[in-house]
Amino acid sequence: MKKSVYNGLYLVIAILLVLPFVLPNSFYLDLAVRMAINAVIVLGLNLLIGFAGQISLGHAGFLGIGAYASAVLPTHFGWHPLLAMGAGAAATGLLAGLVARPIFKLKGHYLAMATLGLGIIINIALRNEAQWTGGPDGMPVPGMGLFGFELSSDKQWYWVVAVLLSVSVWASLNLIDSPFGRALRALHGSEVASQVVGVDVVRYKVAIFVLSAVFASLMGSVTAHYVGFVSPNFADFFHSIELVTMVVIGGMASVYGSLVGAVLLTALPQALATFEGWETVVFGAILMLSMIFMPKGLVPTLAAKFGKGE
Amino acid sequence: MLAQFLQFLFSGITVGATYALAALGFTLIYNASNVINFAQGEFIMLGGMLAVFFTQMGLPLPVALLLAIVVPAIVGVLVEKLAIEPVKGAETVTLIIITIGASLVIRGLTAVIFGKGTHSMPAFSGDAPIEVLGATLLPQSLWVLGVTALVVVALWYFFNRTLQGKAMLATSYNRLAAELVGINTSWVLFMSFAMSAALGALGGILITPITLTSYDVGIMLGLKGFVAAVVGGLGNGLGAVVGGLLVGILEAMGAGYISSAYKDAIPFVLILFILFFMPRGLFGGKSTDRV
Repeated sequence: MKKSVYNGLYLVIAILLVLPFVLPNSFYLDLAVRMAINAVIVLGLNLLIGFAGQISLGHAGFLGIGAYASAVLPTHFGWHPLLAMGAGAAATGLLAGLVARPIFKLKGHYLAMATLGLGIIINIALRNEAQWTGGPDGMPVPGMGLFGFELSSDKQWYWVVAVLLSVSVWASLNLIDSPFGRALRALHGSEVASQVVGVDVVRYKVAIFVLSAVFASLMGSVTAHYVGFVSPNFADFFHSIELVTMVVIGGMASVYGSLVGAVLLTALPQALATFEGWETVVFGAILMLSMIFMPKGLVPTLAAKFGKGE
Repeated sequence: MLAQFLQFLFSGITVGATYALAALGFTLIYNASNVINFAQGEFIMLGGMLAVFFTQMGLPLPVALLLAIVVPAIVGVLVEKLAIEPVKGAETVTLIIITIGASLVIRGLTAVIFGKGTHSMPAFSGDAPIEVLGATLLPQSLWVLGVTALVVVALWYFFNRTLQGKAMLATSYNRLAAELVGINTSWVLFMSFAMSAALGALGGILITPITLTSYDVGIMLGLKGFVAAVVGGLGNGLGAVVGGLLVGILEAMGAGYISSAYKDAIPFVLILFILFFMPRGLFGGKSTDRV
């Protein structure tokens, strides 16, 4: 079984290696970078939603903290970008850990409400503290340097992100197979039952929430440096929903589903640009139809259809 | 001092009444189907936009307003029939995404049909403000409060004194048991979507002369309605009304006394605090878990 699990990883790495040589122009390369970034975020979020069965409707808020840490700290305080990224991740982890305990006493819709509220508060703060964040207009982000070497071209970014993605897939696969991952799946199945067999339910939920929030914050920083600009829209409710949609459309509790969901939903707005003015309608319709006809998500549905597990 | 306080209080209960109507909408659907309808805000928007559109077409006010309630109710029923009924018993996240998809479709269509501009509507009975102890009260605020009060009384009567209302209540307590005694639960689902869309639209119509409207006002209004429903304890009708007024008043007070820039954050700070200390809202009872 272990072998077939890693086969997927090798395929991902193979695709990542070949991709830059077959992509026709920089537009597609840029798209590929953004897909990969989203894929890493979605992998983290899927650990929380798919494996542990906990909803977060405020994850874009954590992305926002990372992105703005990378924008504000180097610009206003002259911090090194890597230090700023670390500080953002630490702040996110701290905040997530602090609110997680009371939040995870909640279930279902109450949990959705609490995470949604948290995300919206972060977003409103980013919008209002204009002297630091540039307010609703956003602010430019300084470049990312590694040991005197400046990351600038899309190609360089592509390789950085490709490595991040491969490592994340590998880490997710291992995490799921670890005692930690088994505990998560147990509490998704039945909280009371897992409590009875000795799983510290709240501790695991808090841990996975903090982990996925830190994932998001780090990738927020990466996005900010890559795009060179941040705005509060990056941290808004709609972006949180987009991320959850990637998890669900790709397939909950499926590592490769996360990748497929991220790739599809990053490409979708580009594909919909031809529907001038109707983008929102078509996007909404696609969300509804895919959930009605494939409530388990694309990868698990296809896997079941072709008779082989993941 | 008092005048200022009263001023904030008036604007708070006026907006709060809209949140209360939205929260009642959330409650109705939640009770009938366990779904949190994230498209609820779009019915508020739709009510306001259609009222503007129908009055501009020259229809007499009562006809225009009636249509602006009936059309969203039909949209609500369509959402239920086409998107909610086919996926009965799906996971919470799946249902959340379906209703968010529905809200995007409604919002997108509104933008395509009516444009992305901001629209206004004349108040129902003039704009001459009424002076109360140094504070001013708009006649439209009285409309909002009066109609909301009437609706609450009518709903109370419906749920406590009519067979249909009791059937809906019974379904929310125990769906299977309700089916066993012969209640048509798919009719209950149908009714609850129609009623909750109509309630949302009504709130949107009443508040539009005060706050203006555009295709994208539904998101925040809906989310705050959700906050109000959770404040009161999901599924509790009285809780929804109290929650709505509380959210409206605290928001207005916060905007007035603390910071108007953080006005929109206040309901969400409130809900986090309430959930931290009372995980099932102000009026939510205790519940036990089944393995």
